[in-house]
Amino acid sequence: MGLESSKWAIIFLVCWLYKNVSCNSVEQKIYVELNNTVPCVRLLNATHQIGCQSSISGDTGVIHVLESEADLEWPLSKGPNPPYMVLLESSLFTRSIMMKMKNESNRVAGVAVVVPNTSPPEFSPHTTCPNENTGVYSDNYGPNLAHCNTTVWNPLGNGLSYEEFDFPVFSLKEDNETEFIKQCYLDHNRAVNGSAPQYPLCAMQLFSHMHAVTNTPTCMRRNDINFSINPEMVCDPLGDYNVWGSIRPYNDTVLGHKENESVVIAAARLDSRAFFWEVSTGAEGSISGFVTLLAAAQALREVTHKAPPTRNILFAFFQGVSSFCLPKQVSLETFDYIGSSRMVYDMENGKFVIDLDNVHSILEIGQVAVHSGTNLFLHSDPVSRSNDTVNDEVENFVKNLQSSTAGLSFLLVEPNVSQPLPPSSLQRFLRAQPIPGIVLADHESAFNNRYYESFYDNAANLNLTYPSDLSPEEQLEFVTETAKSLTDVATVVARALYKQAGGDDSQVNTIKADPKIVTQMLYGFLVSSNNSWFQAVMAPELKNILKPSPPEYYVGVVMSSTPTRLVQYLLANLTGAATNLTQSQCQKPDELPNESRQMYSYLWVQGIVPPNSTQRDSFCVRASVRLTKAVSPAFELGEYASKDYSTWTESRWKFIKARIFLVASRDLEMLTLGVGVAVLFTSLLVTYFISTKADVLFSSTREPASAAY
Amino acid sequence: MTAAVFFGCAFIAFGPAFSLFIFTIAKDPLRVIILIAGAFFWLVSLLLSSLVWFIATKATNAQDLTLQKNLLIFGSIFSVILQEVFRFAYYRLLRKANEGLAAISEEDGPALSVREMAYVAGLGFGIMSGAFSMINTLSDSLGPGTVGMFGDSQYYFITSALMTLALTLLHTFWGVVFFEGCERKRWWVIAVVLCLHLMVFSLSLLNPFYVGSILPVYAIMLLMAVWAFFSSGGSLHNITLLWTCRKSNTETSS
Repeated sequence: MGLESSKWAIIFLVCWLYKNVSCNSVEQKIYVELNNTVPCVRLLNATHQIGCQSSISGDTGVIHVLESEADLEWPLSKGPNPPYMVLLESSLFTRSIMMKMKNESNRVAGVAVVVPNTSPPEFSPHTTCPNENTGVYSDNYGPNLAHCNTTVWNPLGNGLSYEEFDFPVFSLKEDNETEFIKQCYLDHNRAVNGSAPQYPLCAMQLFSHMHAVTNTPTCMRRNDINFSINPEMVCDPLGDYNVWGSIRPYNDTVLGHKENESVVIAAARLDSRAFFWEVSTGAEGSISGFVTLLAAAQALREVTHKAPPTRNILFAFFQGVSSFCLPKQVSLETFDYIGSSRMVYDMENGKFVIDLDNVHSILEIGQVAVHSGTNLFLHSDPVSRSNDTVNDEVENFVKNLQSSTAGLSFLLVEPNVSQPLPPSSLQRFLRAQPIPGIVLADHESAFNNRYYESFYDNAANLNLTYPSDLSPEEQLEFVTETAKSLTDVATVVARALYKQAGGDDSQVNTIKADPKIVTQMLYGFLVSSNNSWFQAVMAPELKNILKPSPPEYYVGVVMSSTPTRLVQYLLANLTGAATNLTQSQCQKPDELPNESRQMYSYLWVQGIVPPNSTQRDSFCVRASVRLTKAVSPAFELGEYASKDYSTWTESRWKFIKARIFLVASRDLEMLTLGVGVAVLFTSLLVTYFISTKADVLFSSTREPASAAY
Repeated sequence: MTAAVFFGCAFIAFGPAFSLFIFTIAKDPLRVIILIAGAFFWLVSLLLSSLVWFIATKATNAQDLTLQKNLLIFGSIFSVILQEVFRFAYYRLLRKANEGLAAISEEDGPALSVREMAYVAGLGFGIMSGAFSMINTLSDSLGPGTVGMFGDSQYYFITSALMTLALTLLHTFWGVVFFEGCERKRWWVIAVVLCLHLMVFSLSLLNPFYVGSILPVYAIMLLMAVWAFFSSGGSLHNITLLWTCRKSNTETSS
């Protein structure tokens, strides 16, 4: 018994010790894993695939740090050790260099781009004419305005986002890992005086194998093949949720046209943009727009309760989200207007609370933050304005907007020339019906934004600066210049919307947006989403999505992303009302006489922490804020090759990683193999020989005089 | 490094052991049993000595690198001593088990001579020791990279394989010599084997100065080969016999 228990004790001890073993294996001498990398993945639409692909066991190449465009000769033709893995600084990440590498892709194993901390003078990977095939302008509608014939909106665009590469492209941050890679290159790979570098050479291996190929119909068909119990999906449609809210609530269950209902829609985009999957922001591209709209919604709260306008005002935030690990962090609105096309589709088919005939007019807030002067511009569609009724409405709207700037430091001006609408969600509405609409933007013709849909469209692009001695909480409260100017824009928008909705003119001047709210939102969306205000307005179960960095705009396809949730809760906080309901009542409000879940949504939020306690003051917010699915109608209808709707999908993959190591020369490897084979054969021969003659060799017990055989 | 290096190193490290196994051991089940039991004995000795080392490292500061290196050396010396102790223990076990083996063997009389058991036991020790030295390294040699990023020599895989080869054969020869010494009650043989084992271990500490470590180890191996040959019944006379036999064979046949 004693022996047995001591046996168990030893076994237990061994198992416990084994758990704490740390490895110092040969693998650590060979490979260095790169952790801070971001891949470029593959996206597909009805006809094409874009993005990058690696082979299934990774692509290995000898590292070459590109110094200039002329240096491309080495990896593409002169270098003696192809294939090469080209390391680029972001200033060399241009269209011409990438296209040259694409043409010689048998000598290029992959590309790694080093993204610096400071922005280059300009960089936009989107096309020069964003969404030119899915907007309203086509050969049938304003043919001379289509395809940017009159105005090129994004002249700095290089279109890299829409190219297909058959090698992997990764991005690296400018940190210690990248320094290590460059040092490895300098130590091993540099050619000395024109002679070839000596083995062993420094190499990098990138894994980013994508499962989907060709185009969306192909990959959706392959999704449906049911070979095994766990069918493998190869791609996912891009999609997220739109957020909308209104001044007067709508019954969620009564869909379709509403008699005598006239609605003014105020719209903005929620997307985030970057080339690689990174902490991307889209500060000027989208955040300026939706922050302004949120502030306007808040400014309208009080006056619409006191003196309700005739028409309802509906605030719509069209989500563009990257799905799961999207590298080209482009918004759905960028990918052919997924969010707005879905809402238009729902309205056309009676699946939304109102339909297109109920829409009186639309105001869209575009890029409004980067002023190059003191004016903002009101863009409208000249083709629909050729109709007199529409034209009158638009002119009335313009008048309302222009008169709202009284007392403020800027003016709203219509562009001088007749030009089309810039890329905007309004275009999708116009595709369905000629609705009077205006897009508010800070650019008269081409974008002021030099980093449209790139990683560099961040807080610095908006000149968002805080004094250096402030703590994070103080930064949250500090009203920046950017916040002040966006507040003025929000005030104008709110007043114009109120007037447009038929509100009481005497009340207009009481409408003022709150700069504190604007600056807090800018801080939360551009610097750190884990601040006290965002924590207070979010639900307890969602508090973990808030991080000490700008929100991450990537998530699984069917979940809603951080920006969607944030905007939903913020809109609820800014336009809704706090109630006295308890948490359980908040989840089942229909049991109470005056509450109805069909009219409102009830959200339980964390609330602030009162000064002398540690418990949060949670409460239930009642707001007419809803989420609607923003997946392209093409997937609902099963028309995967649709030309009318967006058909973008994103490929799936198993794992994505990168590592560097040294590679030895082929000669050494063959020598090793040769020696091994020689040793094996020699030992076989010798052993055979000795074993057959063993009785002769090891016979000291026999007579020394042995007969000769 | 790639498949070429994987196979090359595998053949270098395990080629002789493999050929010895095929031609001398595989046909006789009794020898197979003794081989595997010998491997097991070596394994147990390694387990116990590594337990000691492991406890020592966990009980001390993991950041102090010289201390850890010294602990490794201490652990290895302890392991060498324990391996020889287990070799002796295996010898005693085999002697005791001789009667039992005789009962189950097909022939009359002792199934295996002590010399054969010595050789097989040594080979068992050698194979298991080689496996433990080399398998981990071999699996890492399959990938595309080679050692050298942090200053190690790029000949790491080949030299590991060569060391493993030498160690396998050394264990075989030591087994032969050791058992013979125990039979003849020549206890100084055990001491010499232990000393040589410790010397080989300390030479391996000279890595990556491969010239200083591999060449002396191979010299010791050749010495041991000669000693094992003589102690297992060979003699120069037998070699000349062999040579003349072959010569006369060729004469008569031609």
